Amino acid sequence: MATAETVLEHGVHEHDGTDSWSGGKEPFKASYGKLMMWYFLLSDAFTFAGFLIAYGALRFSSNTWPVPDFVFSTAPFGIHHAPLIFVTIMSFLLIISSVTMVRAVQEGHRENKNGVVFWMLLTVLGGLGFLSCQAWEWTNLISGEHMSVTVNPFGSHIQDGVYIDNEHGHPYKEGETPETFKAGSSYLIHKHLDEATGHQEWIQRKVKYSDGTMGVTEFGPAAFGALFFFITGFHGFHVLSGVVFLLIIAVNAGSGLYVARRNGYEMVEKIGLYWHFVDLVWVFVFLVFYLL
Amino acid sequence: MSHLSYEESIKAVYRGLVLLGVVTLVEVFISLLAKGHIIKGAEHYTVVIYLAGLIIAGLSLYKAYFIVYDFMHMRYEVKGLALSVLLPTLLLVWAIIAFFQEGNSWKERRNQIRDKNTEEVDGKSQVGMSLREDVYVMPEWEG
Repeated sequence: MATAETVLEHGVHEHDGTDSWSGGKEPFKASYGKLMMWYFLLSDAFTFAGFLIAYGALRFSSNTWPVPDFVFSTAPFGIHHAPLIFVTIMSFLLIISSVTMVRAVQEGHRENKNGVVFWMLLTVLGGLGFLSCQAWEWTNLISGEHMSVTVNPFGSHIQDGVYIDNEHGHPYKEGETPETFKAGSSYLIHKHLDEATGHQEWIQRKVKYSDGTMGVTEFGPAAFGALFFFITGFHGFHVLSGVVFLLIIAVNAGSGLYVARRNGYEMVEKIGLYWHFVDLVWVFVFLVFYLL
Repeated sequence: MSHLSYEESIKAVYRGLVLLGVVTLVEVFISLLAKGHIIKGAEHYTVVIYLAGLIIAGLSLYKAYFIVYDFMHMRYEVKGLALSVLLPTLLLVWAIIAFFQEGNSWKERRNQIRDKNTEEVDGKSQVGMSLREDVYVMPEWEG
């Protein structure tokens, strides 16, 4: 079993006069670890806010921006044209895992070891489910729709108009009705295999705008891909580290380490704060990338 | 810590789950409504898009408040702790206003440069150094 040295956390050696938390009175009536977790989360909030504000500034600086419910309308098992459905399921996974985390903290206050481990493992499952969904979403965008950090095949029209060739880039045959589009609607530039060169080539369709000018479907703002992969990737990395720490703390809880500390499973409370923060950040990532 | 009994606090947790779930569904519904997936043609009204954006942003802020105050137990911390964490985030309000304004300005400048570059120049009336009316010339450069 744990020795006295491993049981005590750094910073809670009482009254030996060598520790910064040894004044006998806790600042803000919070333990050292919990207060520092709050301040870490505050700094992390600023990091995320920096990224999201950069997203907003770049979006405001572009004349067109891909419509999210067009970009994110694919779900596993061959579902297409289901705007935002898959990402709503991802949000629910995080909300549910947040709730199971609250339950783990509550069981900790009652010193119920098995309850803590049970609810923490459910939280880990929720986190892994979210990460799997994100892995699928990324795979679909990268290999299915050819979006990358530097290339954004999702563009938007700025005027009403009509396509003058079909989806494969061939002129319409006699009797075919050309596809029309409205200002603001988004399109995806597909790729096709060029048999002469053996390479995948982009099909940029020819269009005729309502003012009579001709054009081709152009790539959307390149920043969209970079911002999407960087910000959702950074959030996903937080989820991944959260899952790792949840597992470590669940193992510690199961081993009886926190029973010996007799502080109401405070470590579970601290990882709980982190986990709720990950959910909190997702609220805003969900808002700016998918809802607006 | 919490002043609720064990049974009450369990109930409160599941109420929180329902609340967050319902607010999320409402957000998705409003977003799809404004993009014209529920009522065709709604996406062509700018006022609908702005109004929906405001409502969704407000609901997201409410979700954030709920997570911090109930799930993270900020409600039960002393006031100083809550203020020391929440007050600094007010700086972000300034950052959001400033940088969105900045982004909008980049767009306007870039469009202005594009328009100027594509402007037709009349070779007969503007010979040599003649400048457009909206260009200010410093006095010492004249002549």
